[in-house]
Amino acid sequence: MSIEFLLASAIAVLTAAGIYLVLRAQTFSVVLGLAMLSYAINAFLFAMGRLKVDLPPIYETGAEYTDPLPQALVLTAIVIAFGMTALVVVLALRTYLETGSEHVDGTPEVEDTHPDRGGGA
Amino acid sequence: MDLILISLLPFLGALAVGLAARRGRNAHAVIAGGFNLAAFLMVLAKAPAVLSGRVFTAQVEWVPALGLNASYFLDPLGLMFAGLILGIGLLIIVYAAFYLSAADSSARFLSFLMLFQGAMLGIVISDNILLLLVFWELTSLSSFLLIGFWQNLPEGRQGARMALAVTGGGGLALIAGMLVLGNIAGSYQLTEILTAREAIQASPQYPLALVLILVGCFTKSAQFPFHFWLPHAMAAPTPVSAYLHSATMVKAGVFLLARLWPVLSGTDLWFYLVATTGLVTMFVGAAIALFKDDLKALLAYSTISHLGLLTMLFGFGTPMAAVVGVFHIINHATFKAALFMNAGIVDHEVGTRDARRLGGLMHFMPIAATLGVIAGLSMAGLPPFNGFLSKEMMLEEAAHTVWGESGWLVPVLATLAALLSVAYSLRYVVHVYFGPRRDDYPKPPHDPGIGLWGPPAVLVVLVVLIGFFPAAIAGPLVQAVSGAVIGAQPPYFALKMWHGFTPALFMSVLAVLGGALLLWRYAPAERAWQRLPVPVAKRLFDHVIAALVALSRKVTDAVTNGSLQRTLLLFFLATIALGIEGISVGGYQPGTRETLAASPVAILAWLALLAATIAVVMSETRRFLALIYISVIGLVVSLGFVYLSAPDLALTQISVEVVTILLLLLALNLLPKVPPSTGSLVRRVRDGAVAVLGGGAVGWAAWSVMTRQPRDPISAFHWAEAKPGGGGTNVVNVILVDFRGFDTFGEIIVLGIAALGIYALLQTAPWGVSGKRLRAWIPDLIRSPERHPMMLVVASRLILPMAIVVALYIFLRGHNMPGGGFIAGLVYSIAMLIQFMASGFEWAEQRRQTERHALISAGVLIAAATGAGAIAFGLPFLTSGFDYFHVPLVGEVELATALLFDIGVGFTVVGAVMLALGQLSNAAQRAEQVEHSDQPMDIDPSRTVEEKR
Repeated sequence: MSIEFLLASAIAVLTAAGIYLVLRAQTFSVVLGLAMLSYAINAFLFAMGRLKVDLPPIYETGAEYTDPLPQALVLTAIVIAFGMTALVVVLALRTYLETGSEHVDGTPEVEDTHPDRGGGA
Repeated sequence: MDLILISLLPFLGALAVGLAARRGRNAHAVIAGGFNLAAFLMVLAKAPAVLSGRVFTAQVEWVPALGLNASYFLDPLGLMFAGLILGIGLLIIVYAAFYLSAADSSARFLSFLMLFQGAMLGIVISDNILLLLVFWELTSLSSFLLIGFWQNLPEGRQGARMALAVTGGGGLALIAGMLVLGNIAGSYQLTEILTAREAIQASPQYPLALVLILVGCFTKSAQFPFHFWLPHAMAAPTPVSAYLHSATMVKAGVFLLARLWPVLSGTDLWFYLVATTGLVTMFVGAAIALFKDDLKALLAYSTISHLGLLTMLFGFGTPMAAVVGVFHIINHATFKAALFMNAGIVDHEVGTRDARRLGGLMHFMPIAATLGVIAGLSMAGLPPFNGFLSKEMMLEEAAHTVWGESGWLVPVLATLAALLSVAYSLRYVVHVYFGPRRDDYPKPPHDPGIGLWGPPAVLVVLVVLIGFFPAAIAGPLVQAVSGAVIGAQPPYFALKMWHGFTPALFMSVLAVLGGALLLWRYAPAERAWQRLPVPVAKRLFDHVIAALVALSRKVTDAVTNGSLQRTLLLFFLATIALGIEGISVGGYQPGTRETLAASPVAILAWLALLAATIAVVMSETRRFLALIYISVIGLVVSLGFVYLSAPDLALTQISVEVVTILLLLLALNLLPKVPPSTGSLVRRVRDGAVAVLGGGAVGWAAWSVMTRQPRDPISAFHWAEAKPGGGGTNVVNVILVDFRGFDTFGEIIVLGIAALGIYALLQTAPWGVSGKRLRAWIPDLIRSPERHPMMLVVASRLILPMAIVVALYIFLRGHNMPGGGFIAGLVYSIAMLIQFMASGFEWAEQRRQTERHALISAGVLIAAATGAGAIAFGLPFLTSGFDYFHVPLVGEVELATALLFDIGVGFTVVGAVMLALGQLSNAAQRAEQVEHSDQPMDIDPSRTVEEKR
């Protein structure tokens, strides 16, 4: 097995888990799903620079180096993902406090099967 | 370069009037008029040279890669239109200054008017069709503002919307048509397109381009069946009607027909589309005009009719017809603008413009009556005024035009239209000014001041002068302009009153007699007209619009009905479908790049990650466990970054991980620990399938990329320039604070806004419904009896200074070694959060020295000031500077401005993280309602018994 395979499969599993979780009806699950998607997307972006072992992008006289640009992009993305997660979780909390419901649409907690509200989609 | 200044002057005028909005009405008129006059004089100064054959050009490159340049040229056609736009514009500004009531904002009005003038002027002197299109759209927008000037009137709003929908929609067709045309000609420069007649007409795309361009022209020039917007646009103040809807904007379509005449005309398609539309419009407009009682509506339909006449003339496609068209543009602009202003005077002084309530005004307002009668007779096409001359020439052209097989269709319809035109013109004259005096006028009528009758008088003088001395006054202009339209020497023509006993003369006599007769028998004619089933265009238009709105609402509701789950599901499905489409086009084979062998440790970490991910998904009902699993994922990701040469990312990830988990724990404290339901099995299976598809696709994409060689990434530049240009050896950090500093600047602002959003959301939570819920909240977790254990408190105090030193160290070395503002800020925040955990939020809060909001804004401001500092040295925003200094004992020290920028980043991160988590802790603490203690720890050996009481 190669590192590339490990990373690609990890991205796949994280993305799948993220998609599944953001499709849940509970806001907390959606927050977890967003966190998972952030991991997956950051790893994906990072992978665009290709993988290198023991070649940190610290300037030394050598032709070999890891692509620093995806790393810089991912670094800010990690921080922004934190900001997003924080805002969404607080939004979820406030929605729960306002409506008494944890449903993503703020609707009362009943099994959602009516076709007009996405039940049949 | 004069041309560019000319084209800018009206816009500058609009700006100047807007800036002087607080000054008086006279100041507004003087400013607008001044800019207008300056542009007019500059155009006039060029007139002699242009008429003698010189073409002025000016060009500024705008987006050369798109072929879009701000290039202008002034040829005779452009000169004539520019003269009309600026000359009549000047009169309108004077007129409007006296016309508008004190309640109307004259600054707003004149500002819009100048904006429109600039747009219109731009159309007629553009040498680039893309630029022309920009101005074209601008006329639609500015006329929308002008038509809807009286926003309180529903007619104004509806009329403005209708005009925008029709002319804006036509504008879209025109854009498409012009792009096709430019594509055929191989250039967007008008002067080059005009030389490509053969190529354009031979192209199979010619019909497409022609029809699209004609839709644009016909909608703008209110040609049948797009004519209906123009009468509704009459809800505008009368100066607007006089300017936009007689002299200028509606002529834009005719202008474009004339402008593109050399390359588009001459084909059968052109003749049948353009001449027929013009003919029908001329007839229909004249017929409706006769039976309109509102003077402005009458003039509006008469304008439609005359625009039809012009369209028909250019549609004939013969050089002589084009000459007549040019001449009639001048004549129509003079008498029609004068008539609109005249109708405005009647409205202003009598209080109504309903023809049924008027009559006999000759006795009360002789000046206005004289002006109105002369302009009206010119519109009727009666000698000795200018309208007669061009109408005679039009009839002459119509007389020998063969439509299909029929030689009589065009002449007969043209004569009928002329007849109706005589009738409605005479109706305007007779029903308003002649007849007996009445005693039921809404206001006692009298002549207005010179401010109102002066501007139309100038035009009426022209009407008379051109009528008597056509060759001397209009001859050279018509000669030059028709040359420009035709693109060659125009045929010989004579502008004179008497052409002998020609067919046109008989048609004309017939039209005058018939028209007079029709007016004489007006009452029965009107009764007959009322019985005709004429479709009401507005109702049709409203129906169409309502149907479109209903349809779009239906589509929108089908896609998003307010349910997040439905929206996201459709989003993921659409994304997956796009991915499948991409794979089917681009292939799905992985590359052959050499891969790295995985060590057993790596496989072990990978297994941990997979297990944790699955565990998170499975623990939907055990939320605290899910948080622990998710932190395992974060840990593995951080380790992965360490292993794969990304130390900065690893440091960031691990510290963000700590903060995120703390935040989620705090939030979960207030949320239910177990969800009420987990959804139906069907739905979970369906979502699972979508998830597997999506995840598989992303994973496969990552695999495909990683197994291919990169294609010359731009980071080679970053790598090469990091040390010599950015002064740092940690290339990631140099990219963050230097190469892509602007990105980082934006990101910290976003982070700050997110934190402020959290603050706002929680600050208001104790009120209203959510406050009630918060107060009713009962902690549903078992608490440790030891809330602030001594060991933890002591350890956290010991850690604090060390953690701060670590943060400083990470910060300072950031430019050259892994670290930097982001990570340092996070580490510092964690050190502070540990104090929260040890001694409670309240205790820590009381010892806080800095305001967190201030920290966020200080961070952003420091970063901004650092960036702006570069401007002071004449360098672009955020250029970083650095130098090496020798410090005794320490040695060589490098100082970079990027360090300052990084301080800003660090401040913002600390402020944002602390604000978010502090506010969340605060909300939880307020809700918990436990007895508060001022002590840092539960058991404090240094406290005495007395103190404890």
